[in-house]
Amino acid sequence: MNERRYLLRLYVTGRTPRSDQAIANLRSIMETDLDGAYDLEVIDVLERPQLAEDERIVATPTLIKELPPPLRRIIGDLTDREQVLLGLDLQQD
Amino acid sequence: MDITKIPTGIEGVDDVMLGGLPEGRTTLVAGSAGSAKTIFALQFLSSGIARGESGVFVTFEESPDDIRRNVASLGWSIDEWETEGRFAFVDVSPAPEHETIFAGDFDLGALMSRIEHAVRRTNASRVALDSLGAVFAHFDDSRTVRNELRRIAGALRKMDVTAVLTAEREEEYGPIARFGIEEFVADNVVILRNVLEEEKRRRTIEVLKFRGTTHMKGEYPFTIADGRGIISIPLSSIELKQPSSNVRASSGSVELDRMLGGGFFRDSVILVSGATGTGKTLTAMHFIAGGLEAGEKVLFLAFEESREQLFRNAVGWGFDLERYEREGMLEVVCHYPEVKSLEDHLLDIKDKLQSFGPKRVAIDSLSALERVGTVRSFREFVIGVTSAIKRLELAGLFTNATPTLLGGTSVTEAHISTITDTIILLRYAEIYGAMRRGITVLKMRGSLHDKDIREFSIDMEGMHIGLPFRNVGGILAGNPVQLPRSEMDRVSELFADEARGGDEE
Repeated sequence: MNERRYLLRLYVTGRTPRSDQAIANLRSIMETDLDGAYDLEVIDVLERPQLAEDERIVATPTLIKELPPPLRRIIGDLTDREQVLLGLDLQQD
Repeated sequence: MDITKIPTGIEGVDDVMLGGLPEGRTTLVAGSAGSAKTIFALQFLSSGIARGESGVFVTFEESPDDIRRNVASLGWSIDEWETEGRFAFVDVSPAPEHETIFAGDFDLGALMSRIEHAVRRTNASRVALDSLGAVFAHFDDSRTVRNELRRIAGALRKMDVTAVLTAEREEEYGPIARFGIEEFVADNVVILRNVLEEEKRRRTIEVLKFRGTTHMKGEYPFTIADGRGIISIPLSSIELKQPSSNVRASSGSVELDRMLGGGFFRDSVILVSGATGTGKTLTAMHFIAGGLEAGEKVLFLAFEESREQLFRNAVGWGFDLERYEREGMLEVVCHYPEVKSLEDHLLDIKDKLQSFGPKRVAIDSLSALERVGTVRSFREFVIGVTSAIKRLELAGLFTNATPTLLGGTSVTEAHISTITDTIILLRYAEIYGAMRRGITVLKMRGSLHDKDIREFSIDMEGMHIGLPFRNVGGILAGNPVQLPRSEMDRVSELFADEARGGDEE
């Protein structure tokens, strides 16, 4: 199932410890569970508030799995690995 | 530091707030479901836009599309404002299509950044968040939400905007808001209520507190009108300071004018009270005709009879109301009292007074209106009408039906007798097995008047006032008793001095 390429967008509010935490958690998950087959765009809502408006982002960090479908939002600093894997359809049976 | 106020632009509400909302501050507007919180918030923005300011509306509950649609009837064209860049939505309404999973700590930094962005983009000075309680439904971590909302409230203060934050309440007379929201925007609190009282809906607004500045205390009724939104009628601001005039105006009946010591005062309010069929509507007709003959415009608000009935009866008494209406001197408004609430009736009457500009107003009858509202809202209605009439220096005549045929008072009288300047009683009296009609002027503020109870009759030319009932007592009490002549003489002897001193000018 890892052949599919992931397109991910991570919305954060500036360079805060929580933002860094979310990015680090995500990279670790992607490296181990996805073998690096992903594109990640990090968007700072302070710099691009209109993007947050268009996407109706309320909480940060918010990770949006654009591809593969279904579209899914994962809110939080991604510390809860189980939940992240569930959200990315990567959970091991 | 002096706190300036910024008008909400909501009629009456700015009076209650003694100017408006504290400028640059955040005000919590709490209310139960359906208490018009959203309308209040939007009207606050709308009137800012009318003054050349811009506004941002952060919606947590209804989608922008729903809001645009819902407020179209209030005459607000949000689309236009958006095109002109004077209004922006921040849409935080639920998006069921978003599949969401929670995986760790979060904050509402994105929301805050979006609000700041919208304020900057439109250069807004007014911001509304509607409603805060809904944010708790989006996230299960209510502690985080509370902290974040507190942070947003703090940020709004720094942004130099005047903000309205709405919040839900569960009970009309209970905690200020759900989720303890008042704790972090506690400086200014306004409560909107939608109370069921005696099976009737009653909307009120109350300013609970404005930190460091003043406001009127207590609940004030309001209504929501098409094309205008919320309108409140604060009574205590208008009850006082009414000018009074010494100019007399004819009641339309020479005989009644004589009883009144020369006629009504021009800006006075007259109450005509009596049982059904005693001649109240006829007295009102005379009053109307008196105005029309003097070349005054007259407004006649009829809540008991249909137009056809009224016009027919009027012709029977020799008044051609239709002609005057055609000439634009008279406007007859016939309504069933039940078609709307007393607050809406009051609003309509005030509008009519402005648009038609009459010099006289007759309402037939107040008692018909009494059954539409609660005791309290009826009293407020009467005070509202009375003060509007006085402010415009008009003459007003209200009729009131008493529940019993003989004598008796009504609840209405008890509530409004202190507000009216003149009270005329019409009574039946049973004398020697025949029903006769009596009329008396019970009170007339600032003038001498006839204190007799006189007999009057009704014929093709209206009413005729005759001689006093000399040998009958107890008419007002509804218990007429014939008195022997000797007793009459003795009694009049007793009060002879007072009569000489008091009744002559």
